[in-house]
Formats: sequence, structure tokens, C-alpha cells
Amino acid sequence: MRKYLLKRVFYMVLTLFLVATITFFLMKLMPGTPYSNQEKMTPQQIQIMNEQYGLNKPIWLQYLIYLGGMLHGDLGTSFQYSNQPVSYLISSRIGASAQLGLQAMIFGVVIGIIIGSFAAINRNTWIDTLCTILSIIGKSVPNFVLAVLLQFYIALKLGWFPIADWGGFSYTVLPTIALGVGPLAETARFIRTGMVDVLNSDYIELARAKGLTKFGIVYHHALRNSLIPLVTLIGPYTVALMTGSMVIENIFSIPGIGEQFVKSITTNDYPTIMGVTMLFSAGLVVVILLTDIVYGIIDPRIRLSGNGD
Amino acid sequence: MAERILDVKNLEINFHTYAGDVKAIRDVSFHLDKGETLAIVGESGSGKSVTTKSLMGLLANNAEVVGGSVMYHGQDILKKSEKEMQNIRGKDIAMIFQDPMTSLDPTMKIGQQIAEPLMKHKKMEKKKAWAQALDILKLVGIVDPEKRINEYPHQFSGGMRQRIVIAIALVCYPEILIADEPTTALDVTIQAQILDLMKELQSKIETSIIFITHDLGVVAGMANRVAVMYAGKIVEYGTVDEIFYNPQHPYTWGLLNSMPTLSSTLLEAIPGTPPDLLDPPKGDAFAARSTYAMKIDVEQEPPFFKVSDTHYAATWLLHPDAPKVTPPTEIIRRQKLFAEMSVNKSVKA
Repeated sequence: MRKYLLKRVFYMVLTLFLVATITFFLMKLMPGTPYSNQEKMTPQQIQIMNEQYGLNKPIWLQYLIYLGGMLHGDLGTSFQYSNQPVSYLISSRIGASAQLGLQAMIFGVVIGIIIGSFAAINRNTWIDTLCTILSIIGKSVPNFVLAVLLQFYIALKLGWFPIADWGGFSYTVLPTIALGVGPLAETARFIRTGMVDVLNSDYIELARAKGLTKFGIVYHHALRNSLIPLVTLIGPYTVALMTGSMVIENIFSIPGIGEQFVKSITTNDYPTIMGVTMLFSAGLVVVILLTDIVYGIIDPRIRLSGNGD
Repeated sequence: MAERILDVKNLEINFHTYAGDVKAIRDVSFHLDKGETLAIVGESGSGKSVTTKSLMGLLANNAEVVGGSVMYHGQDILKKSEKEMQNIRGKDIAMIFQDPMTSLDPTMKIGQQIAEPLMKHKKMEKKKAWAQALDILKLVGIVDPEKRINEYPHQFSGGMRQRIVIAIALVCYPEILIADEPTTALDVTIQAQILDLMKELQSKIETSIIFITHDLGVVAGMANRVAVMYAGKIVEYGTVDEIFYNPQHPYTWGLLNSMPTLSSTLLEAIPGTPPDLLDPPKGDAFAARSTYAMKIDVEQEPPFFKVSDTHYAATWLLHPDAPKVTPPTEIIRRQKLFAEMSVNKSVKA
């Protein structure tokens, strides 16, 4: 197990190194410079700026300097936002994004599992059809449309929750719903498919022959066996949501990281692009390892063997 | 006379399909006495499994019981609600399934799978139920049960898994055990072990068994009585000796004839395929495949003719006016043995 984990960690580091390398050089291929008002700047000014940011050095040297800095936890300085260090920029904004993403994921997955199970149990009835229609709507309606509708009806007309901004928990409710409907629909669909299969299996019939109640069968036998395909989906989805959603954060004026990321790309803010990409990648490789471990917890057949092979 | 614990009368079950109603079970009657083993024999699709699933209330959604009754302790099982059936299933009537490789939950420890019926029916706490699960694991012959009770199904071989399935079925000491082809999916050597185990447990637990199989070889060693099913009907029933050595229905002849014996050089197959039960034939359902079919066989359904007090067969060949026919040589050989057996019996008496 230990040997296995060490091996996995080595591959994770390797993956991150490759991501950093590829992103760095791709980024340098983007047209333009970080300076928004370049037309008004004199060549001397540009040269001074380039020297200040190290952009006059050859690209391979810039790359090595960046890697060296990253090893010390220094992600460079953002070109926008009054020269804040990228690590500060990220750490001050990731909290809101992560909280929102996690809440949306929990909301979506829990409700999705319930709806999906419900559909599978009542397969080919109007309940199933209703659940399917709901999940198609959830999947196909863009979340910004839903966000605006929620703001208008729930916040403005009913006044139940604040319309935007970031304060206590009540501020998170509407964006959580808007962001969570995607994973909700996806989860419901996965669980329904998985559970329909499982409910037709022999061990479910044996569970019925034991005299277990319908709920007992679904809860103790069917659910766990239907979760495997979902676990594959949930991990990366969670990382994606936690590292910020530009649209939702914008609509609800949430000081998250999603907006920064998009802005940094349009303004060629190289260190911020790199920083957010690395954060996302790191989250992803960790989550993939966790997913593999969770697999083993759910399904003993794929449990990692103890002897390290 | 033995106590009758299950009495199935005129059972009729239809399956609703897009093509129409499939008449899967057509007027089936049989009974089960306390402590005996009744074998229900027939080829695939003859309705064996459907019959027993109706006893458990486990019929598929598109199946409908059209008529008949299943009396158990003076009550008609077919009229019970799902909730009431949940209290009977696994406690009074339990079931062993065909394929041990798929009938255990892959993500649950076998100890819990065995303990579940106890926790449900005897309201036992988990600890006590597991202790009892351990006992039954020993009883079904699992080596090192203290360790293996914590393992998952994939860590067991097919034969061992079937022992666990049997343990689950027997853990509440059911009155009736339905075994639906319990050895079909197993190696021949393992089959014998499982059958021996079932016989041993039957005497220990005092359960009555309904044993479903298409394998007559298995029946001989297991059953007290045999019912032969064809196309959703029982065509002949009697004690195991009567069915094996004095069969009367051409279908039973065909079945026995297709079974290898020490002297057989060529195995006879029954020609043709079973009839389409969407539109069952009018007379004897087997007539189309029978070389002994008469005109009346395609016109009118044969009633049960009595052969002995325990032996009945539904074939027109037993009608007093029917012409004498010569059964296959293997059947004649068997009937000779049967005649000798009854002579010996009467001499002893």
C-alpha cells in the first residue's frame, strides 16, 4: 500500500510538471502582451516594463525561473491588480469559490442521488418520466439563465434570500442552487442508469427473497452498487466547481477566483494564468487519487492490494 | 398421512407482453407434505421457476395471477399484500437461486448478508445475528468461518458461494425451502457436495424442499416425489420410483430417454421445440412432438388418469379405449425393473 502510494505521488508530481511546462509554453504562444495600453507606451517604457517583469529574458530562462520560484511556493506577481503576488491573489479568493463549489456539489449529488434512485425504483412510470425530464432540463438550461430567474423570483419578488454579494450563509443559497443544478442532473442520470441495472440483478432478487423492505433493498444493496460510475464523475466535477465559476460568480458578485482566471487570460497576465492552472491541476491529481481510494471503499473487488503491487 | 403444508390449486399465471398474454402457468395443482422433497422437473420455459416465484410473491411486474390459490397454514398466499409477504419471505419460505456467482451482493460482507434475515425477521441485534450467522456458516461447511465471515463474495469459489446462499436461506429455519436449480451453475463434483449438504441440512432443520431442476439425474437422489411440467402444465406426478420406473406420459418417456444410463449407447433427444404459450395448443401440448400422439390429443386436453394412489398422468394413452402402444426400449426396461420391485415389495409384505 505504501509503495503504491509513493508511486502514485511520484506520478502526480510528474503530471504537474508536465502541465506546468505545456501551459507555460502554450501561454507564450498567445498573441499580445500584458500591457493594456500598449499603443500609448513608448518603446523605452515597454522595455523598462519587460525588464521589471523579466519578460526580456529568453523564454527558456523565464521557464526555469518560474519553475524555480514554484518550487519555493512563489507563483510570481500578478500583472494586474496592483502587483499583488499570485499566491495572495489566489488564497484570498479561493475560499469563496471553494465553499460555493463544494456546497453546490453536495447539494447536487445528494438531491441527484435521491431523484435518480426514485426514477430507477419507479422505472417506466410517470415518476421516472418526470425525473428524466427534470434532469434533461437541469442539464440543458444554462446556469446563468437559472441564476437570473432565481434572482428575479426568489430574491427580488419573494425576498427570501439576498440577490447578490457575499456575506453569511444566506448569500450562498441562490448561487449554490444555480451552480448545483448541473451536477444534480448529471448525478440523477448516472444513478438512474446504474440502479436500473443493479435492480435487475440476482442479488437484488435474493434480497427480496430475504423479505427485506423496498427501502431496505435500495438503501443497503442497490445504492452502493450503483455509486461506482458516479464516483468517477464526482471527483473532477468537484474540482472544476471549486476552482471557480466565472459566470455564477459574476452574476452574484462573488469575490471568487473564476473571474480572475478569465480576466487573466484576456489580459495576458501570465503568472495568474499559470497559478490558477496549477491550482486546478493539483486539485485534479489529488482528487483522482482520492477517487481510486474511494472506489476501493465502495467496492471491495477493486480494493488496493496490501502487498504493494 | 403426512401433514400437508402447502397446497397449490389450479394456479394460472399470465405474462402481459406487447404481443399479447403469455399463458405461462395453466391450471397447475400440487401439494407439499411436511419434511418431503418435491422435485419439479421440466425443460426451460416450462414454467417451473414462475410457479415457485409465485409462491414467494416474487413474480415480475408484468406477471398476473389469473386464477387459483396457494394455501399455506390455512391462508391463501396469493391474496397477501406485499407487506405481509415480506414477513413470510426468508422466514417461513426461503429460496436458493441458480447462479451463486451473481446472487450475492458484491459489496457487502457475507456475515452481514447472512445476518440480514435474522435482523429483519427475528429483530435480532447485529452482534447476535452475526453470532448466529457464524453458526450457520459452520453448518454449511465453510472452513475457518471466524475469518471468512468478514470476507466478500468475490473471495469465495462458486461452490462456497452456493453454500453461503444456502446459509442465507436456512438461517431463519424456514418451513419451506425452494431450490431453483441450485446446482446447475456448478461443476459436477461440486454439485454432488451441494446436494449432499442440502439433504443433510434438510434432516437437521426439518424443512420441506421444492426442488426445481431440468436434470433428472439430480432428482433421483434428492426427491421423494416428482412433478413433471411441460408447457405450463403438470403432465405427470408420482413418487420418485413411479416416475423413474413406471412413467406413463410420452413426455416423461422422452425426458428419461434423453438421460444417459450405463447401458445407453446413443442419447435420444426429444424432437421439436415447446409450443408457443401466447397461443397454447388445444389438446395435449406435447402432441406435436410426440410420436405417440393420437387424433384426440390435438382435439381435447387429457385429464389426469390415476395410475396409483400417488401417481397420476395426463395422457390419453391411459384411457381405457386407447390402443396399446410400445414405449421406447429404455422405458420398457425400466418398467420391468418396476414390476420386479413391486413383486419384491409384495413378497416382503
